[in-house]
Amino acid sequence: MSYTENLEIEMQEKMEKTQPHIMVKDLTIAYGDFLIQRNLTFTIKKGDTFIIMGGSGCGKTTLLRHLVGLQRPAKGQVLYGEVSFWDAEPEERERIMMNFGILYQSGALWSSLTLGENVALPLNLYTDLSADQVREVISLKLSLVGLAGFEEYYPSELSGGMKKRAGLARAMVLDPGILFLDEPSSGLDPISAYLIDELILELRESLGATVVIVTHELASIFAVGNNSVLLDSEAKTMIASGDPRTLLANEKDPRIINFLTRGRGAQRE
Amino acid sequence: MLKRTEDSLAQISFSRPHNGSLLITIAGEWRLGHEIPSVDEIRKEVGTGLQVKQVSFDAQELKGWDTGLLTFLINVIDFCSGRNIAVDKAGLPQGVQRLLVLASTVPERKDTKLAAVRVPFLDRVGNLAVAFWRGNLEMLEFMGEVLAASARMLAGKARFRLADLFIIMQECGVQALPIVSLISILVGLILAFIGAIQLKIFGAQIYVASLVGIGMVRALAAVMTGIIMAGRTGASFAAQLGTMQVNEEIDALKTFGISPVEFLVLPRILSLFVMMPLLTLYADLMGILGGMLIGVSMLNLNFMEYYNKTREAVSLNDLWVGIFSAGVFGILVALAACLRGIRCGRTASSVGEATTSAVVSAIVSIIVAMAIITVLCHILKI
Repeated sequence: MSYTENLEIEMQEKMEKTQPHIMVKDLTIAYGDFLIQRNLTFTIKKGDTFIIMGGSGCGKTTLLRHLVGLQRPAKGQVLYGEVSFWDAEPEERERIMMNFGILYQSGALWSSLTLGENVALPLNLYTDLSADQVREVISLKLSLVGLAGFEEYYPSELSGGMKKRAGLARAMVLDPGILFLDEPSSGLDPISAYLIDELILELRESLGATVVIVTHELASIFAVGNNSVLLDSEAKTMIASGDPRTLLANEKDPRIINFLTRGRGAQRE
Repeated sequence: MLKRTEDSLAQISFSRPHNGSLLITIAGEWRLGHEIPSVDEIRKEVGTGLQVKQVSFDAQELKGWDTGLLTFLINVIDFCSGRNIAVDKAGLPQGVQRLLVLASTVPERKDTKLAAVRVPFLDRVGNLAVAFWRGNLEMLEFMGEVLAASARMLAGKARFRLADLFIIMQECGVQALPIVSLISILVGLILAFIGAIQLKIFGAQIYVASLVGIGMVRALAAVMTGIIMAGRTGASFAAQLGTMQVNEEIDALKTFGISPVEFLVLPRILSLFVMMPLLTLYADLMGILGGMLIGVSMLNLNFMEYYNKTREAVSLNDLWVGIFSAGVFGILVALAACLRGIRCGRTASSVGEATTSAVVSAIVSIIVAMAIITVLCHILKI
């Protein structure tokens, strides 16, 4: 490959990285008449580790459900590239969703299937891999999350942390372009939480995936996030967006500072 | 029982060390469940004499305290803030002071109270009618999804695991045999017993075989098996799917592009559609056996006599009607159970509601369907 070709590929990759991957425009989310968040507008770029943060009950998971197509917004748009997700034809929506890998808060492993079967199901449905190849992929994905050898276990036989890791293995089984992770490290001991954060960074680097994480764990936010949005339950909208470290350094709004310093904002002042 | 002395009584007394200042002396045990002075005493004291601008406390004689003292103090603070009276908490124990600070750190949110709106009668009727209409639309939508999924299955395109289908068939078929046996034998026995009492009067005991045979084969075996399946398998389907909804397992299927109707509902409907007629056939035999027990033991009929009379009375048409009804009931039970399960909310109580609702809807639909089939058979002279 010539130098110019290399340069072109490099430029293309750089361009792709700065292109908006997901755009949320004036999104309002509500359950019937009960407003949860309004006027949400932010952009997630390709390769970002984007954090949706906010206090408990502010609608972080609900926003995630709107991003992954589980709940229709009351108003506004979610764009994947140029395509408005909720205005697209069902086939187009399905095509976009095929690029998602989702880790649910509870792991959401299919309880009647073993770990191996949980990871294998999407492979069997969407690929033509032979049984041996499927076994190899299962083994690889489970070893990536530190669960090698647990193929025959049922979800009920695993601890909370193991369920989350298994959920992560299933989420990345089809090598998705976007990983959505709902509270990946909540409820885990500090070392398991740290390992999950490391794993997320590793996966982002190695798969080149965009990662969208819902969390309020400050350690994770600063460890993995390079872009974020902060939701507020009283204002019922976003009160900040950007790199969490920059927010911490530059923001003056006490709500933002208090959130990012575990309420020690006042002491800092 | 703890004996309380006069010293341990929660008491307050007042003094006015300076102009505009009220000192409240707190003494004794201030605990929940003990008799605690009311804020009204402070209201009375403040209302008499010179105007009070500051309230302070002396707790040197306080013997013990818990939430009882805290709630009293919060009421005092609320009362004072309403009258613009300053409250000096310095005289209170350190622990009490810290808890009072903690309780007032986050101010009470005013928009959290749910407005107690009295809905007019006509509104309520309207809401119920809309909810009923929405429920029907939901059911139609679900049936449409099931029909589309069935069409995909017939075209060989439906996505579900065959292993799941066989496991569900085993659960709702073979594993239901003991309960179906027991209920069917007893129904046959009861039917024969009641018939025998009447028929014996006319010396027509032999017709007990016809009564039990036709009754079981044409209707009762299918209805009883349907009701057993509604209570046993229908409840189980609704609870399984409801729990999957609570655990986000159904969301996980959707986001992998797998239709929950194809993957979860179709195998369940197919299983009951196949197993119900088989179980009904088995229930027919068990019911006839139950009738035979009465015939042989109480009516002095011999075994062959009873058997021949049953063969003579029961026609193939009766059998087909029973089998057809069983297939219909199987579909109805599975549809009702899966609909309730898949539309279940995300709490433990909604799983319970889904299960109850599934069983009730399944039983009601079985009875309604039986009535329709009976009328149709009468019109078509089957």
